[in-house]
Amino acid sequence: MSAELRQLYQEVLIDHAKRPRNFREQGAGAVTVEGYNPLCGDRIRLYVSRDDGQLRDLSFTGSGCAISTASASMMTEALKGKTAAEAEALAERFHRLVTAAVDAAVDEEGLGKLAIFAGVREFPVRVKCATLAWHSLRSALHGDAAVVSTE
Amino acid sequence: MATRTAERGLTYDVERVRRDFPILSRTAHGHPLIYLDNAATSQKPRVVIDAIRDYYEHYNSNVHRGVHALSEEATRAFETARGKARAFVNAERAEEMVFVRGTTEAINLVASTFGRMRVHAGDEVVISAMEHHSNIVPWQMLCDEKSARLRVIPMTDRGELELDAYAKLLGPRTKIVALAYVANSIGTVNPLREMIAMAHAHGAPVVVDAAQAAPHLAIDVRALDADFLAFSSHKMYGPTGIGALYGKYAHLEAMPPYQGGGDMILSVTFEKTTYNTVPHKFEAGTPNVADVIGFGVAIDYVTGLGLGAIAAYEHELLEYGTEALSAIPGLRLIGVAREKASILSFLVDGIHPHDLGTILDREGIAVRTGHHCAQPVMDRFGVPATARASLGLYNTRGEIDALAAGIRRAVEVFR
Repeated sequence: MSAELRQLYQEVLIDHAKRPRNFREQGAGAVTVEGYNPLCGDRIRLYVSRDDGQLRDLSFTGSGCAISTASASMMTEALKGKTAAEAEALAERFHRLVTAAVDAAVDEEGLGKLAIFAGVREFPVRVKCATLAWHSLRSALHGDAAVVSTE
Repeated sequence: MATRTAERGLTYDVERVRRDFPILSRTAHGHPLIYLDNAATSQKPRVVIDAIRDYYEHYNSNVHRGVHALSEEATRAFETARGKARAFVNAERAEEMVFVRGTTEAINLVASTFGRMRVHAGDEVVISAMEHHSNIVPWQMLCDEKSARLRVIPMTDRGELELDAYAKLLGPRTKIVALAYVANSIGTVNPLREMIAMAHAHGAPVVVDAAQAAPHLAIDVRALDADFLAFSSHKMYGPTGIGALYGKYAHLEAMPPYQGGGDMILSVTFEKTTYNTVPHKFEAGTPNVADVIGFGVAIDYVTGLGLGAIAAYEHELLEYGTEALSAIPGLRLIGVAREKASILSFLVDGIHPHDLGTILDREGIAVRTGHHCAQPVMDRFGVPATARASLGLYNTRGEIDALAAGIRRAVEVFR
């Protein structure tokens, strides 16, 4: 397998894809947003519960490829307990990470494990898989449309 | 590898065929290109590429208008291509062939002219569960507009249409039946001759989506008794952006025009326009001359090899591929009809098709992943997407072996 593929499908990513964390529904108190990637049929439903300006609980359900599933799983872990502003800032940083030029230096600051998604840069058609959950998050925070499409 | 085809005793020399396609000598991600996405679009032989360049370099001109030499040459080449399209589907008259952008436009043309004439409130249009979106949505739009009802022929778990259910759907309300000849997502070849006869017994004309059939089997609109049949050049080794609609002459005569403009008229005053004759009535505006000519050359190319020889070779390849993929643990083929052409649609346990597609791509293997513009088919089989390898006349057993090996390696990554 090529180096780029190994860089993309790291053990952490495959682990989250096979055993996604926070893969569950939430009750009526949560904001729910549907994220849909019409290109490949990836579909997630994101649940966000807020408490005094904090994201108390995040979870998701749905079906998608390894990249979109792992991205959603790791996002829900990373954002628990963050404020909306912090979550927005991380979403912005994540977006910059996956859309940066392949040869650009990766600014891993604050990204933690999410930095592995730098591997997606080698695969432009897969960027939408990596960002689906994050698009849905932004919509949940802004109270936008109930269905978010990557197109 | 040379394969002896049973019916004709001809030798199909795939290595020679491959040399006709310049693109097959390129690499993808450092590996020799293995192109298995022919159902999306096929590659083009050099003769087609040359014909298009030759037109632009030597006789580019508008058709049906000029008195000058170039226009005459272009018009002759354009109408010669129409004759080739006629022969390709064994239509009776060249006038029965309308050039369109592709199968999608052809179906939209029929739905919005013939369909609007025939379908009224309370009527029914019958399609099948294995249609491409392009043979669903135009009929849905028509039914919405006319308060008519869209009925769907179900299919079995193998991916074969249920003819008993079809018989029950047909009745006095059935005004149009629209069917795929070969299903793009699962490769089923439908028993069209029988199905068309069943529709005709109820007075319902049949529109055939032959986009996936045209590159793989010999089409005979008269033997089928099809009322309309649509196909695209780019799926049969010709250029993109061009295709043909066959329509029975009497239907085409009775239909109103599709679009208004130049070329589709005989005379225009501000009071009244007299429409041109069939098929020009349906070809408003300057046509895609270069690609019509290229399309004609693609028809020459496949008929030169012989649809019978191509079908026999591809059938062998499909059987080989079916066996090779079925031997992979955890791989499930979607669509195992007894009559199939070209398509291997599949899922592998534990690997999403999209990830599989990416991994194969890095080995130079091009497959399609997703819903293949047939979401109802995915829903029918309860899957969000599949990976699809679709074979063409230049694919080889070696390429199938590479595909199978690539899938096995992907399984390892996700183990």
